[in-house]
Amino acid sequence: MNTQLRIAFLPLTDAAVLVAARERGFAEEEGIALDLVRTTSWATLRDRLVFGQVHAAHMLAPLAVAVTLGLSQQPAALATPYKLNVNGNMLVMASEFAAALEPDVDRRLADPLGTAHDFASAIGLWRRKPVIGVVHRFSSHAIMLRYWLASAGIDPDKDVVLRVLPPSLTVEAMHAGEIDGFIAGEPWGSAAVEAGLAEAVALGERIWQRGVEKVLAFREGWLDDNPDLVDRLLRVLARSAAWCDDPTNHGALADILSGPHYVDQPADLIARGLTGRVVARRGETAVVDSDFMLFAREATAFPWRSQALWIYSQLVRWNMVAHSPENMAKAGRVFRPDVFRRALAASGVAMPGASMKVEGAVGAPLAVGSHSGDLTLGPDRFFDGKIFDPDQMDSFISGFTDGK
Amino acid sequence: MRIVIIDDSGLRATVLEEGLREAGYDDIHVVPPRGAFVARLERMAPDVVLMDLGNPSRDTLEEMLTVSRALARPIAMFVDQSDETMIGAAIDAGVSAYVVDGLRKERVKPVLELAVRRFNAFAKMQSELEEARTALSDRKIIDRAKSILMNQRGLNEQDAYTLLRTSAMNQGKKIVDVAQALITASDLLGGGI
Repeated sequence: MNTQLRIAFLPLTDAAVLVAARERGFAEEEGIALDLVRTTSWATLRDRLVFGQVHAAHMLAPLAVAVTLGLSQQPAALATPYKLNVNGNMLVMASEFAAALEPDVDRRLADPLGTAHDFASAIGLWRRKPVIGVVHRFSSHAIMLRYWLASAGIDPDKDVVLRVLPPSLTVEAMHAGEIDGFIAGEPWGSAAVEAGLAEAVALGERIWQRGVEKVLAFREGWLDDNPDLVDRLLRVLARSAAWCDDPTNHGALADILSGPHYVDQPADLIARGLTGRVVARRGETAVVDSDFMLFAREATAFPWRSQALWIYSQLVRWNMVAHSPENMAKAGRVFRPDVFRRALAASGVAMPGASMKVEGAVGAPLAVGSHSGDLTLGPDRFFDGKIFDPDQMDSFISGFTDGK
Repeated sequence: MRIVIIDDSGLRATVLEEGLREAGYDDIHVVPPRGAFVARLERMAPDVVLMDLGNPSRDTLEEMLTVSRALARPIAMFVDQSDETMIGAAIDAGVSAYVVDGLRKERVKPVLELAVRRFNAFAKMQSELEEARTALSDRKIIDRAKSILMNQRGLNEQDAYTLLRTSAMNQGKKIVDVAQALITASDLLGGGI
């Protein structure tokens, strides 16, 4: 008899590890019957998790932190022992707006700092505030966009209008002229490019080379009450993630994701993000970014506590939460490396020895101490060269002069 | 109490609105979640906002509730966070409710209960409608198969139907499936009709 597990997700390429776990039989091997519940808004996904309609959810990492801090409707302690991916976002803008930026898209995407400054100048030419769609206030996308805009002196709360809309409505909103661009997970940026409505302006991976994206979030109480089941699920996901990361499987994965119960978009659009061959402007050769989206390698899934704290630092920066030792501790506790270690100890999955690291300090692939297997961390730089040491939270936060 | 229903299904909104009016609420507005619906909503300054839980515009609405200065007080989801049965019933029915903080619980609870009942009634109506549609299309398929049999085998209508039913029983299939197979075969063979 298989154990039923209900997990809510949004139609996005980065639901891949969950979808493959079900469709490729990894869940069944561990005696788990995965019931994947498709949801169209983050609000509904959050409510289903918080009010116990699902066991877990494919959640924006900052949303898990925000719900725990009581910033998004009903407060609830959420916890994540597993990251479903890193990277995978793209900022696209209407072609008339992008016309004011570096015309060579390879060069434009390779130089986020230059592009941010060009963007700042373009706002002046645009005659009104550009309206940029973000998928949620507490999304990695919104946080990265704010980070990127602010680097060129753009105040994201004053100089542009950030409009919240779910990823699956972004292309329609571009078409209706309700937004001038948006930042979202794939395949929605590619869909807007393919529709000739927009071109790529920045890639998430070029803003933060190993940016936290979706996590598998649980209610903390349920996570702690069901250790065996959680461990089995994490083993399932680790196998599924390895399968998803393997380039030879990308075609099959894109086909699965394109189904009407999942992303419901053409497989060739979905394949762009998976393979890191992203078309930045319709009809042009793809820009190659082999780190566009990661599922397994470099211990992608490991929930570094320092990453939860980086998210917290950004929430404080933009006045979304007051900085206090209690809030910081609550935010850090959302990421649960202890559960990851317990579940995958015997699985051969490479596992870091530490639970925190200095974020943004790795410039080139770096071999690090690991409990099992060989572990090499990929470069994790922020495009502006800033470094986040979680032990220096106060000075890091006071280093941001905006938003205050 | 001003109630705004955000819904683009005309029928469901009507079902809900009627129910609320019968219960004595008369300040009700229906706003479809399109374009600048958030600005319209702000001007209306509702006490309660009801919305289908599956509506993708919930994130947009919540953002407005977070940043709006037009709505004096923050808005919270569900009437009584401790009433888990009520919350469960609302989620099952697909109702999400936003209530102006400070509005007395006992005033809002009947609105939410009514919304839950009406959403459930609407879902039932939808599935009945769907069944009726399926039944209608089944009948059309059976009618076409009957006329093929009547033309090709010179049977009368009753005998054609009996033949279909007997074949279905012998094969352990539904009549409509046998009829569909017959139509397909007839089309392939160029049988016309």
